Amino acid sequence: MSAEAIFSVSGLTKRFGEGEAEVLVLKGIDLSMAAGEMAALLGPSGSGKSTLLTILGTLMRASGGTHDMLGVDLMQASEGQRTKFRSKHLGFVFQFHHLLPDLSALENVMMPAACAAGRETRAMRERATELLDAVGLADRRDYRPSAMSGGQRQRVAVARALINNPVLVLADEPTGNLDRQSADHVMDLIRSINQTMATSFLISTHDEHIAGQCPRRIELLDGRIVRS
Amino acid sequence: MSPYAVKLAIRHLLSHPGQTALLMAGVALGVSVFIFMSALIGGLATLLTLRTVGSIPHIVLEMPDRDPAILSPDGLAQVVLQKDLSRRDQIAIWQPVIPIIEKTPNIIAVSPQIRGSAFVERGQTVAPVGVIGVMPGKLSEIADIDAAMVDGSSNLPADGILIGSRLARDLGLRIGQVVRLSSDRGRARSFRIGGIFTLGIASADRQAVYMNFTTARALFDLPTGISRIEIKVAPATDAADIAERLRRSTGLKATAWTEDNSQLFEGLDAQARTGIIIKAFSLVTIIVGISSAMLLSIVRRQSEIGIMRAMGASKGLVISIFVLEGTLIGLVGAIVGAVIAWLALLPLPPVTEVRSGGLPIDRAQGDFLLAITLTTLAAMLASILPARNAARIDPVEAIGA
Repeated sequence: MSAEAIFSVSGLTKRFGEGEAEVLVLKGIDLSMAAGEMAALLGPSGSGKSTLLTILGTLMRASGGTHDMLGVDLMQASEGQRTKFRSKHLGFVFQFHHLLPDLSALENVMMPAACAAGRETRAMRERATELLDAVGLADRRDYRPSAMSGGQRQRVAVARALINNPVLVLADEPTGNLDRQSADHVMDLIRSINQTMATSFLISTHDEHIAGQCPRRIELLDGRIVRS
Repeated sequence: MSPYAVKLAIRHLLSHPGQTALLMAGVALGVSVFIFMSALIGGLATLLTLRTVGSIPHIVLEMPDRDPAILSPDGLAQVVLQKDLSRRDQIAIWQPVIPIIEKTPNIIAVSPQIRGSAFVERGQTVAPVGVIGVMPGKLSEIADIDAAMVDGSSNLPADGILIGSRLARDLGLRIGQVVRLSSDRGRARSFRIGGIFTLGIASADRQAVYMNFTTARALFDLPTGISRIEIKVAPATDAADIAERLRRSTGLKATAWTEDNSQLFEGLDAQARTGIIIKAFSLVTIIVGISSAMLLSIVRRQSEIGIMRAMGASKGLVISIFVLEGTLIGLVGAIVGAVIAWLALLPLPPVTEVRSGGLPIDRAQGDFLLAITLTTLAAMLASILPARNAARIDPVEAIGA
């Protein structure tokens, strides 16, 4: 693991099912990312992009290999330790925004921090307001998701991913559900955050247009990295 | 319980007012049934007890039965004293006993009485009666004869008697008529019918005859003693304990009304058990209702739960949110149900004023606090299993990551 690397995986494998039904989805991934890096993860459907993101996000354990991040051996960590680690150091943006429908935009942005602390604080509110301002939705802070457009919701989801000042944001097809204009708007936002906040982004996508906006390309084919 | 869990639970309930109101209405209905049943069963027990003990003595003091005694000084032979049927049991020295009884706590009425059997004769018709000789001013101490008078006056002059309405009907007697009473002591006298009463107890209305205490002494040949002392206590349900105290303090045989009315108690017990079963069913209904509603809600909110878990929410936080939602539905529903039940029971008359055909509901026995507490606990229990299911949701599957 290099000095600047925020995470490093080596010989990472993931298999689903057992016996004859066993499927090896990841077949020995070696990958690391530096702090402040922005990379696109490309590959056809079934190549293992989502599985890799899910493992890097500590939402799933790998079947084999090593997985270290910020000096923590995440293969050996308990479920509770992984939950705390996830809350503190990782952010997520999904294809579907998955905002909580009962909460306002501001409350949705605060949610990951409030879950970890068990309460909402003034500092969280201020930080969430800053983030909504950064994603251009300061005037929508009290709107519920149902009152916002798809692009606006996804921008709220980006702000939510940043509330805990994560070192790495994992984005799984973040623009897959948006029109071109909204998709560009979200990508501009991600690039701007990457440059101003030095947050690393790993963005899974099918879209060459989106991948072209990322300085680094990581290509996955049939569970193996073919270009990194 | 973190403040954030409280906020999310309340927010979800308020964000779906229709669903929340429907769930709370179901709980409120169950609680109303619980309270209604408590008030009805309690009221019915009170009514039956009142009706049973209203016109009877709660405790009767009499001379104790004499035990066989060993008369042989060497103890080799036991001589059994057989009850002397030619002598009547009487409390010979009774005046000093009265103050002892009156000083005993919870005693509300004391009536020394002379009792005996007699025949009422009118022309060729003869009817057996039980004569009760009561002291002036104590006529209504045990049975409320004053309130039961249907004709004439309740005064008891030396030559006057009060008879029950059934006896009056059987013998065709009216106020002012004269009848002859022959006592079991072989004495006879003529009396004027001064009043006719209806107690609503067939045996009393057909056979009881009230007369002046002094007149009864003469009729039954009891120059100094009395037959028994009748007592009323409050509450009537404490009669057995008070009877035991009186037995020890007076040395007399004390019989509480509860000893002679075991069937009533069995009936009341069975009624109370039925009530418990009905109340238990209403609680089970609440548990099943809340539990199934929570399970459905969790299925509907899978992706929300998944995203929270993915964003670092602990299993404990997820469990807290759902248990709190269930508990709040139970608590608010129970309070609403209790208020509705209280208002619905408000116009009903007290048990003591219930007329024939009316429901004897005692609001005071509605167990309002118990209903609210049990329902809230039941709701909490009902949501634990669904909440644990929610905490087990795999965030990867739930959000389709």
